[in-house]
Amino acid sequence: MNKALPAKPILEVNDLDIVFTLRRNQKVRAVDRVSFSVREGETFGIIGESGSGKSTVGRCIVCMNPPSHGTVRHYGEDLFALPERELRRRRRAFQIVFQDPNAALDPRMTLVESVREPLDVAGIGTAKERESKALAMLERVAMAPELAWRYPHEISGGQKQRANIARALMLEPKLIVCDEVVAALDVSIQADMLNLFADLQREFNLTYVFISHDLRVVAHVSDRVAVMYFGKIVELGAAGEIMEAPLHPYTQALMSAEPEPVPVEQRNRKRIVLKGEIPSALNPPSGCRFHTRCPRAQSECMAREPEWRELTPGRFVACHFAEAPNSRSATDHRTGAPISAGHTHSHAGSMSTKAAPHGESFREEAT
Amino acid sequence: MNVLAQSHGRLTLPGENLLDIRNLCVFFRGDSGWLQMLKDVSLTVKPGEVVGLVGESGCGKSLTALSVLNLLPLRGCRRTGQILFEGEDLVPVSESGMRAIRGRRIGMIFQEPMSALDPVFTVGTQISETVLAHLNVSRKEADERTVEALANVGIASPRNVAAMYPMSLSGGMRQRVMIAIALICEPRLLIADEPTTALDVTIQAQIMDLLLELGSRTGIAILFITHNLGLVAESCSRMLTMYAGEIVEDGPVQDILARPLHPYTAGLLGSLPHRQARKSRLSSIPGRVPSITEMPSGCRFGPRCSYAEPECNAPQSLLPLGARHVRCRRHETLSLAGSGHE
Repeated sequence: MNKALPAKPILEVNDLDIVFTLRRNQKVRAVDRVSFSVREGETFGIIGESGSGKSTVGRCIVCMNPPSHGTVRHYGEDLFALPERELRRRRRAFQIVFQDPNAALDPRMTLVESVREPLDVAGIGTAKERESKALAMLERVAMAPELAWRYPHEISGGQKQRANIARALMLEPKLIVCDEVVAALDVSIQADMLNLFADLQREFNLTYVFISHDLRVVAHVSDRVAVMYFGKIVELGAAGEIMEAPLHPYTQALMSAEPEPVPVEQRNRKRIVLKGEIPSALNPPSGCRFHTRCPRAQSECMAREPEWRELTPGRFVACHFAEAPNSRSATDHRTGAPISAGHTHSHAGSMSTKAAPHGESFREEAT
Repeated sequence: MNVLAQSHGRLTLPGENLLDIRNLCVFFRGDSGWLQMLKDVSLTVKPGEVVGLVGESGCGKSLTALSVLNLLPLRGCRRTGQILFEGEDLVPVSESGMRAIRGRRIGMIFQEPMSALDPVFTVGTQISETVLAHLNVSRKEADERTVEALANVGIASPRNVAAMYPMSLSGGMRQRVMIAIALICEPRLLIADEPTTALDVTIQAQIMDLLLELGSRTGIAILFITHNLGLVAESCSRMLTMYAGEIVEDGPVQDILARPLHPYTAGLLGSLPHRQARKSRLSSIPGRVPSITEMPSGCRFGPRCSYAEPECNAPQSLLPLGARHVRCRRHETLSLAGSGHE
């Protein structure tokens, strides 16, 4: 797709923090200083594991929860600054489709009623017009017409997800946040659904923010990808570049952990098995959030939080040692990297001389 | 560690199958008579072998696992065929007989580590319960074995964790506890039903490594049930594909990935997004699995198969082809693409 043109940003997220308050006034920073922008017509992927804050970002984009700090601008405008009534009206252009197709549909409404509901709420058109529009949209998402008057329990998960997509499209949105939309579906249905998303994007000129834990899916659909870990974006760039040569050790580990269903002789990746788990959100680690699990961590990483740097144009990373020449790319022996970087970093040389203090905390093996 | 293995009633001879399921059929009682959920499922697991059973939801792979341990409902359910474990048929074994087998000679790990653990007992109690039920040991020794088992599954402070309740553990930790329970009596066969599906990929990698390492260290055989073809490719030596309650393909993993013989296996492999072909159109399998009451009498995949001919409407049998089996009469004429790329 022709994405080289400087399309205007439909969405600009700047320094976004989202803090939740728990019992006893404990604060959890679910999203921590996140910045990115999404261009009109592109698919922006967000990858991360559970608890990384990816869904919280998604909900903030569609104005379901407000930022605690920082701004989210849609077409250059801060919708959260508007009065409630106005916010409700304006956020129609930004829709979301959720992971669980069952929970997203009211079990007491037929599919056509569920799909029509956004128009009912918005008060658009006559009842008859609304219904015919809902039926047309169900047909567009390739749902058999006889299913329209069925209830959710009577149809399969894939069909339910089609109804959810139809519903998200009813208010003619500009941007749709797809939050783990294929995670609950079998692979053959998943393929159908991803094809449908691609068709709808072309037809309605949609922008997608595609959130998933499945690297393969995100990489397949996205133009650009952000990788989130523990509330922060650790790496951002063109999907192809990130897949070919990931810079952040977390991205590398994530990619190497994804099992590949190919014959053994074509499996040319090194496995990096991370030790440990995502730390507790109530007690975040110092410095770089990833240092407790990072195979390349140095004392530097515990002391100081890495800056969010643009290494090459459009390629951002938050790691002190992103340009270290011996950085272990999950795919480097295929692409022939060492990764070339725009600037050298003063700490780059220290990798080879210092023994990593967390060296015993990871294991690497060729598969 | 292998002291216990000798106390098992009968040991299999080399080359003999540890588990040999022959023509297993499972029926559930429906509103109008019996419904056949599994049809002629046959599979073998040799000692120490890791066998993958793949298929999409509802194909009967979990039901196969539950049938082996007879964890099916007591009423309204019927099994026919043979389930030979260490040469003994488990189908006629009574409930009390099965209790001596479950957890002792066959271990099982379920998909959802939260619902498989009891929230009102500590982790340690739930592990030592298994030991006390099966082995003639004192409570003190059972507790020691519990701590040892937790250490074996890579838990850093096993004594502390043993005193914790499941709710204070993460998903990955809970699944480690499940593995500890399944392996504590050193069974010869482990049935792992989607053991990593509820986990994040980096945790999945840890758990798979742990399972395979424990498997190779203790010589335990694993029947690994999953929908994730990538995991099968990287951990199993043999795989079986199930579709609509039947085995449709069976063979060495590498051969099947390189050249699947059944159109359904090929369809599954083809519908996965590929790193080398971003943004391309994905191939998908049209239609959906027929409902159990409307199962075609011929090839069950026929209505969705793009290679189907009128002759496919006749019942299909599982055809032997050297080390492989396939339930497709057209397998010789079809040249199906595998997951490999040129």
